[in-house]
Amino acid sequence: MSTDINQKRPRIADQVSASLRRRHARERRFRLLGLVATLLGLTFVAILFANIFIKGIPAFWQASITLDIYFDPAIVSIPPEPVREAKESDSDFRQRRVSWENEVGMVNFNRLIQNALTAKIAEAADYPRDAARIVTSGERLALRDLVIKNPGIVGETRQMHLLTDANIDVWLKGNIDRNLPDEQQQLSARVRDWADQLYADGIIKMRFSTGLFTNPDSRSSLASAGLRGAFMGSLYMMLVVIALSIPLGVAAAVYLEEFAPRNRMTDIIEVNINNLAAVPSIIFGLLGAAVFINYFKLPLSASVVGGLVLTLMTMPTVIIATRAALKTIPPSIRQAALGIGASPTQAVFHHVLPLAVPGILTGSIIGIAQALGETAPLLLIGMNAFVASVPASPFDQSNALPVQIYLWQGNELRNFFEGRTAAAIVVLLALMLFLNGLAIWLRKRFETRW
Amino acid sequence: MVTTMKSDVEMELTLVPDVSGLLHEQSERSKRIKMSASDVKVFYGETQALHGVSMEIMENEVISFIGPSGCGKSTFLRCLNRMNDTIEGARVEGRIILDDQNIYDTALDVVQLRAQVGMVFQKPNPFPKSIFENIAYGARLHGLAEKKADLADIVESSLRRAGLWSEVKGRLDQPGTGLSGGQQQRLCIARAIAVNPEVILMDEPCSALDPIATSVIEELIDELKRNFTIIIVTHNMQQAARVSDRTAFFHLGDLIELEKTADIFTNPKNKRTEDYITGRFG
Repeated sequence: MSTDINQKRPRIADQVSASLRRRHARERRFRLLGLVATLLGLTFVAILFANIFIKGIPAFWQASITLDIYFDPAIVSIPPEPVREAKESDSDFRQRRVSWENEVGMVNFNRLIQNALTAKIAEAADYPRDAARIVTSGERLALRDLVIKNPGIVGETRQMHLLTDANIDVWLKGNIDRNLPDEQQQLSARVRDWADQLYADGIIKMRFSTGLFTNPDSRSSLASAGLRGAFMGSLYMMLVVIALSIPLGVAAAVYLEEFAPRNRMTDIIEVNINNLAAVPSIIFGLLGAAVFINYFKLPLSASVVGGLVLTLMTMPTVIIATRAALKTIPPSIRQAALGIGASPTQAVFHHVLPLAVPGILTGSIIGIAQALGETAPLLLIGMNAFVASVPASPFDQSNALPVQIYLWQGNELRNFFEGRTAAAIVVLLALMLFLNGLAIWLRKRFETRW
Repeated sequence: MVTTMKSDVEMELTLVPDVSGLLHEQSERSKRIKMSASDVKVFYGETQALHGVSMEIMENEVISFIGPSGCGKSTFLRCLNRMNDTIEGARVEGRIILDDQNIYDTALDVVQLRAQVGMVFQKPNPFPKSIFENIAYGARLHGLAEKKADLADIVESSLRRAGLWSEVKGRLDQPGTGLSGGQQQRLCIARAIAVNPEVILMDEPCSALDPIATSVIEELIDELKRNFTIIIVTHNMQQAARVSDRTAFFHLGDLIELEKTADIFTNPKNKRTEDYITGRFG
């Protein structure tokens, strides 16, 4: 017997080595394929990021002009700031104050800017229409606010950095073809010459654009269009999503995973939750419009409605992530707790759920990050409306970051808003990166080693 | 099938000669019936796992359940503290009396039962918390300690009784999962006795341990039977012979034989018991 086997052995070895070459070749091919796929993916990501950053980073710096604004009392001729009188009621005083502020608003602050410009460019006085194109129209409001805050400024001269018109920013950054004929240029030849001159003199400079973060969207003064309104809208939505989807989702998952009997009913629920996670997000928008706006009469364009819609969208993700996390907790832990005399609820809340927290957090934050980037459902509940104010509460009209990106990329002044859009994308990406980083940090922090 | 203990033991013990003295001592004390089961049947869905098991378990005895895999010994053990309740589709018939109380009575709270009948599992399963928290959990759960000092006392005495105190006293705040397998299992025993149960169920407590850790646990069982009634399921017949006063042999969901350990290993009455013990199957 044993000699028989010994005789066969060499032949088997030959067979193996023959097939071995084929097996190795197949393995090499497979690895190569994987490597190519990975490199291809990385290349696309690199191109995408490079594109966004090359366009977006310059948009964080914006052309602004340094002018010595003289708050001429002849132009800023306003009554003295109201002082509260002894017997005056709150509302009376407030009314007087508002009417005073309105009066300040009537002042022609453009004249102040014009005068200051004339100090830099002598001809500006002769061409007021051209001169008015230099500084973006929204900056007169900055002067107004300054006077309202500090009426004592009248009669003084202040050096201020004012944003130039968006077209000047485009012109100076070279985002428009300088060889285009006059009739195709947004700015007159004179304004273009002025801009070049002021830029060469260092009076116009590229400065970090804080307005991008502190201003709401604007259509009348494009250069001052900012992300603040959209950012606050997104923030309110995320607060609503976090406050609703995590408690509800985790509670539903704990019930389904730990307490619900396994029967036809729970099977159907499980299948439907999985299906819900795959429903196109725009359908949740339709649902939100029908239920929250038409039926519950919640305000249109409000971030609370957006938050509710995104909660519906995020909840299946949270439930699935939580159930997956609960499944990874070994049953021996439940048995140990039950064996000592813990009730099933105590076993879950003292032991199983705390151990599942890292998984739950990771899944939930990924779901929330997804909701943060969601645009489609928001279009259907009116959050794509132009809103030129910063929402003060979730019930105010507002935008959201991804919708702002969508609106800006459709703006007529492409050359300017291409950069702004990319800058907004950079902000959104930074937020996402922050959230994902938070998820990883939390997972590492709460992770238990067995 | 149900046997009660005879008052004196004058047996030849070929397998475990050193047990005879203990056995004698044991029989003097344990006259009282701690738990009694009558006609216990267990169904998992459609399949019947246990076909009517009846037995009486004496106070302060160590009784071991042996038998081949799937014979129902673990199933029966899990009936005794109603851990089968946690298995979906499991159904238990028959009566199990603890002292004077039917444990399947709807009036009885299962939490109270499990405080009285503790359990140690096959795989050491400490909570992924500190050693202190592992022991303190049960005491806190049942409100056994009012002050922090009381809790510390319970933790220390439980660890001492489990023979683990000297090994862990300096690192009570470290995770229980960082101990060796044998230490983890003794931690689980300490955790079980911290709530001061009357009966301790052990489901193959040494099957995941090396021989040295096993012998430590076996010595511990000997120690513990002064205060507790211990019911142990084991695959290891030598272990049954070493630690238990009486041994029950299960086969295919039936209790075949329950005798004094010495009897069952030297002079089994049933053919199947004999075949199993002599290694013809199982």
